[in-house]
Amino acid sequence: MNKDNDKNKMNADEAPMNPENGNAARSPKADSNNTGDANEDIIKSATTGDYKYGFVTDIDTHVIPKGLNEDVVRYISQVKGEPEWLLDFRLKAYRHWLTMKMPRWAHLDIPEIDYQAISYYAAPKQKEGPKNLDEVDPELRKTFDKLGISLEEQMRLSGIAVDAVMDSVSVKTTYKERLAELGVIFCSISEAVRDYPDLVRKYLGSVVPYRDNFFAALNSAVFSDGSFVYIPKGVRCPMELSTYFRINAAETGQFERTLIVADDDAYVSYLEGCTAPMRDENQLHAAIVEIVVEDRAEVKYSTVQNWYPGDKDGKGGIYNFVTKRGLCRGDFSKLSWTQVETGSAITWKYPSCVLQGDNSVGEFYSVALTNNYQQADTGTKMIHIGKNSRSTIVSKGISAGHSQNSYRGEVKVVPKAANCRNYTQCDSLLLSSTSGAHTFPRIDVQNETSVVEHEATTSKINEDQIFYCNQRGISTEDAIGLIVNGYAKEVMAKLPMEFAVEAQKLLSISLEGSVG
Amino acid sequence: MLVIKDLHASIEGKEILKGVNLTVRPGEVHAIMGPNGSGKSTLSSVLTGNPAYTVTGGSVEFYGKDLLALPPENRSHEGLFLSFQYPVEIPGVSMVNFMRAALNAKRKYFGQEPLSASEFLKLMREKRAIVELDNKLASRSVNEGFSGGEKKRNEIFQMAMLEPRLSILDETDSGLDIDALRIVAGGVNKLKTDNNATIVITHYQRLLDYIKPDFVHVLYKGRIVKTGGPELALELEEKGYDWIKREWD
Repeated sequence: MNKDNDKNKMNADEAPMNPENGNAARSPKADSNNTGDANEDIIKSATTGDYKYGFVTDIDTHVIPKGLNEDVVRYISQVKGEPEWLLDFRLKAYRHWLTMKMPRWAHLDIPEIDYQAISYYAAPKQKEGPKNLDEVDPELRKTFDKLGISLEEQMRLSGIAVDAVMDSVSVKTTYKERLAELGVIFCSISEAVRDYPDLVRKYLGSVVPYRDNFFAALNSAVFSDGSFVYIPKGVRCPMELSTYFRINAAETGQFERTLIVADDDAYVSYLEGCTAPMRDENQLHAAIVEIVVEDRAEVKYSTVQNWYPGDKDGKGGIYNFVTKRGLCRGDFSKLSWTQVETGSAITWKYPSCVLQGDNSVGEFYSVALTNNYQQADTGTKMIHIGKNSRSTIVSKGISAGHSQNSYRGEVKVVPKAANCRNYTQCDSLLLSSTSGAHTFPRIDVQNETSVVEHEATTSKINEDQIFYCNQRGISTEDAIGLIVNGYAKEVMAKLPMEFAVEAQKLLSISLEGSVG
Repeated sequence: MLVIKDLHASIEGKEILKGVNLTVRPGEVHAIMGPNGSGKSTLSSVLTGNPAYTVTGGSVEFYGKDLLALPPENRSHEGLFLSFQYPVEIPGVSMVNFMRAALNAKRKYFGQEPLSASEFLKLMREKRAIVELDNKLASRSVNEGFSGGEKKRNEIFQMAMLEPRLSILDETDSGLDIDALRIVAGGVNKLKTDNNATIVITHYQRLLDYIKPDFVHVLYKGRIVKTGGPELALELEEKGYDWIKREWD
């Protein structure tokens, strides 16, 4: 692991690729703002849908006073009953964070964030963890019902084990017993610290060290809860593991921490889905996801992200600064990131793979849809260290309204990493003349035996396509939904089935409007 | 069913249709011919509601309704179909999803329940046979990677699915070899009944050997300048358009 963040940091100002490596690289930079045209209004009115999941759950929430200092860090650690080593980890991170500045290299216009105006801990008041569904707070259950992801339904129909994170503390973990028979650990990270301290201590911060970046340091200091997954040697996890995150307390930053470890020959598919209630105040979210993949193990990590994006005028919305990284430590290990991102006012997110093992494989499939005044700067890093390691990047950006949508990626092959392959395909679809699509790829290949390919396209939604649909009786709104889903199909196909359906709905909902 | 009166339309400020009059009754086949740039495709675009065109005068009645007041999708629901000269590709959208969206939108318009998946697939199977498309059609993306002939067959397949009351075939014969032309025209003829009508827009007499018109109209400089029976098409084939141009220029 490269602990020095600056070496790996992707910078828009740097040369997009190394001209000396002689590898194939096409269209390394495509940057386009669109020009106006006649049918703009149709699309505009079809892309101004309101956020469907904007409601607030009335639950008695325990929130500590605003502000961040060492006492707050100690308080969080104490309230969670953490061991000394973890408090040390938090304090080191906090002290390091004080020396750092917020990164400004992304193509984002980020308002000043007052870190002292945020409350760093909120827990739903519940004395004991619920033993069964009847013990879960009825208000909470209603929230899940509104989202159409009720625990009962999930448990009964799909056999998915759900670790539902409401604000910062896990309230319900299901199917734990069944997983336990296989030796699979799937619990909140707080429980893991208590019950499996050695495992957590071994891996926490091993992929994303607290020095990694500003938001990683902040998260390491104040992380509240999240999920922990351990798949033992040779075990194929028989079900999709799923966490529904939900930010609920007003003005409470949420600092989730997820740690997934797949031991030798293990397999797991992990789903992360998010919705958040409507807020006027911006909400800061700075999560960390760390994944370790050992010899011949495979992890699939899928995300559907639908946090409150702000209103039509760009007021409110979540600030989403996430550090997601996986270390393919073992030979023949494999990590796939699949994300469908439609939410958040600001997204700063680069799920990455460090391909350390020989013959390891990294994949990144992404659909990022921005509307109204949303801004997204998202992409991936593929760091090839192991020989014969391979990576694939497929990024589909969709920009509507006045949004700005950027792909930022880095493909790096170190001198020792012989015979590596990367294929990058980076497409942008513009739905309005007032939105922007940008790509900032960086390619750095340091040996002669590796091959890196980069393809990029930018297109505008075609009025002829919409009219063709209209002529067949399909309304403009439905036509845009069809066309956008068709454009994103390659990525959607990588999602687990039950998630893909939800994601398709989400793309259409995000573009839904007042046409007809 | 269709009564066009003194229709004027323009694109980007340029007037293309300058007073078109045309009446179509159920069971009839009308051919509209004319030299390039006379307004043939504009007429089909205006009738189906393509937003690129602006109607500047006149009226169009379709089964007693003011056609021009309806949005394009409702014109489709009411039974107006256009076989496009250049069918567009919609990558990633399968024909099955596309047609299901189209058919269910129409059913919804008439207050009907959506078709079940099995009913829909059965219908698709029946209809694609009319234009000899194979079972791969359902999973292929709309027109993507289709040959010229397949695209036109796919248009007629969609026509078969939607069962329109009035179909406009816009240069459906362009770019077709003789075998594809036979299949496409055969499909159109199979779909013909006493209750529906067809407007065939074409440059060539060739298509009219397969789809027999009751009336042939010549559109020139935005107006219908001559109307006759099938023999008019033969005359045009033989003599070209110059003699008509001379009459009007």
